[in-house]
Amino acid sequence: MIRFEHVSFSYEKGKQVLHDLSFDIKDGESVGLIGANGAGKSTVMKVMLGLIKAEGRVTMAGLEMNDANLAEIRRKTGFVLQNSDNQMFMPTVYEDLVFAPMNYGMSKEEADRKAAAILQQLGISELKDRYNHRLSGGEKRMAAIAVILAMDPEVILMDEPTSALDPYNRRIVLNTIRSMKGTRLVASHDLDLIMDVCDRVILIDQGRVIAEGSAKQILRNRELLEAHRLELPLRYQ
Amino acid sequence: MNKAEQALFELRHMDELQDMDSPVHRCSALVKLIAVIAYIITVVSFDKYDLSRLSVMMIFPVLFYALADISLMTCFRKLKIVLPLVLAVGIFNPLLDRTVMLVIGPLRITGGWISMITLLLKGVLALTASFLLAATTRIDELCGALRRLHVPSIIVTVLLLTYRYITVLTEEVSIMTDAYHLRAPGQKGIAFKAWGSFLGQLLLRSADRAQELYSSMLLRGFNGEFKHVKTKKESSREILFCLLLLVLLVLLRNYDLAEWIGKAVTG
Repeated sequence: MIRFEHVSFSYEKGKQVLHDLSFDIKDGESVGLIGANGAGKSTVMKVMLGLIKAEGRVTMAGLEMNDANLAEIRRKTGFVLQNSDNQMFMPTVYEDLVFAPMNYGMSKEEADRKAAAILQQLGISELKDRYNHRLSGGEKRMAAIAVILAMDPEVILMDEPTSALDPYNRRIVLNTIRSMKGTRLVASHDLDLIMDVCDRVILIDQGRVIAEGSAKQILRNRELLEAHRLELPLRYQ
Repeated sequence: MNKAEQALFELRHMDELQDMDSPVHRCSALVKLIAVIAYIITVVSFDKYDLSRLSVMMIFPVLFYALADISLMTCFRKLKIVLPLVLAVGIFNPLLDRTVMLVIGPLRITGGWISMITLLLKGVLALTASFLLAATTRIDELCGALRRLHVPSIIVTVLLLTYRYITVLTEEVSIMTDAYHLRAPGQKGIAFKAWGSFLGQLLLRSADRAQELYSSMLLRGFNGEFKHVKTKKESSREILFCLLLLVLLVLLRNYDLAEWIGKAVTG
């Protein structure tokens, strides 16, 4: 489903951000992408979305990343940004929900039904007509997830989905991520979250894949984590 | 509370006004927009000495503010920054135009004074009408109405995003202002020498945000055109109201209602 083959990228000459990165994520898998600040997690996601062009071969949702496939890849991929304010750019939650479906050719009636169903599924129907700028942090994050689910994505990418949330809202978001279908890639420092929602983990540092394996295997390895400026999840400390 | 927080409070108050329920709030955004545009054009088109006919136009704000259950004082409080500018526009008229137009006992009223008051009244009436539209219409509905009037998409998109992000930007200003004052106790405002870095920071943050925002739009299939989904179809009553209002405005513009009423009262 997602394949990186010898992917390299640099923002400027001599400052390589991704070094010959290769990994595979299978259909329906839930994978955690972990690494310290500056490890290259966000850059990996930008490459996956075609926001930056890298050397090497990238396959997303079964399609090779190139100009011809870009629109289709983006249609099949949902990206939950770290900052929900940047994701929710329409005035109200409802308008944000129908934005992508209507851009991808859905009629207003179909998009309406879709929006209502997603809001109900996530238990946030009361947010429908609220202004985005009047939502709390937790509400914004849930609405941002709803906006992505409204696209019916085959692949869901999430960048720090629980950052700046209180424990109650973190728990709600965590349960929502667990209930999502499709292939998921979650980039986060919150290793407890990764432990809860991912089967497999890819650890990167300085743009290189350092380790790959089951969440239990990687996230219990204190030496490995500490060598790459990470710490054991709280439950194992 | 710093000034940015005060501004956020004002914005929130506008949202609350928009969330109220009244016949004016329920009316279609397109009808309100056409009515306000027609009203402003009518008001502005009066001659500079036509104070008596222009004063009849005050009926509209009084009536519609009452219908919307919004106090006119709310409007004047919100517009207190703009109103002195309106006054400033005609301030030199009494000095430039000294032709005596009216004598009331010992009082000689010159054309300059009349034109200044007319100009002031025009400004106030246009502002009150615009404020009523903003206070009773949600931005999404207003943008939908603007597109239906074929206002270019780029202008409507900028308006929409400005409204969406003005609060985010103001919050950032508020946080930066607080951070500054915590490290510069006793200082009033922000020192001139810090303005450059302060504005630079704000600009950089805004540019980063704009980049991410645009990426988010592209990832959700944005192709340069916002689809405005919050457009309510006008009822036949609303269309009739709009037509009647337009006819009334034409009549008020071309006939002196104040004079008719005066004649009717005095015989």
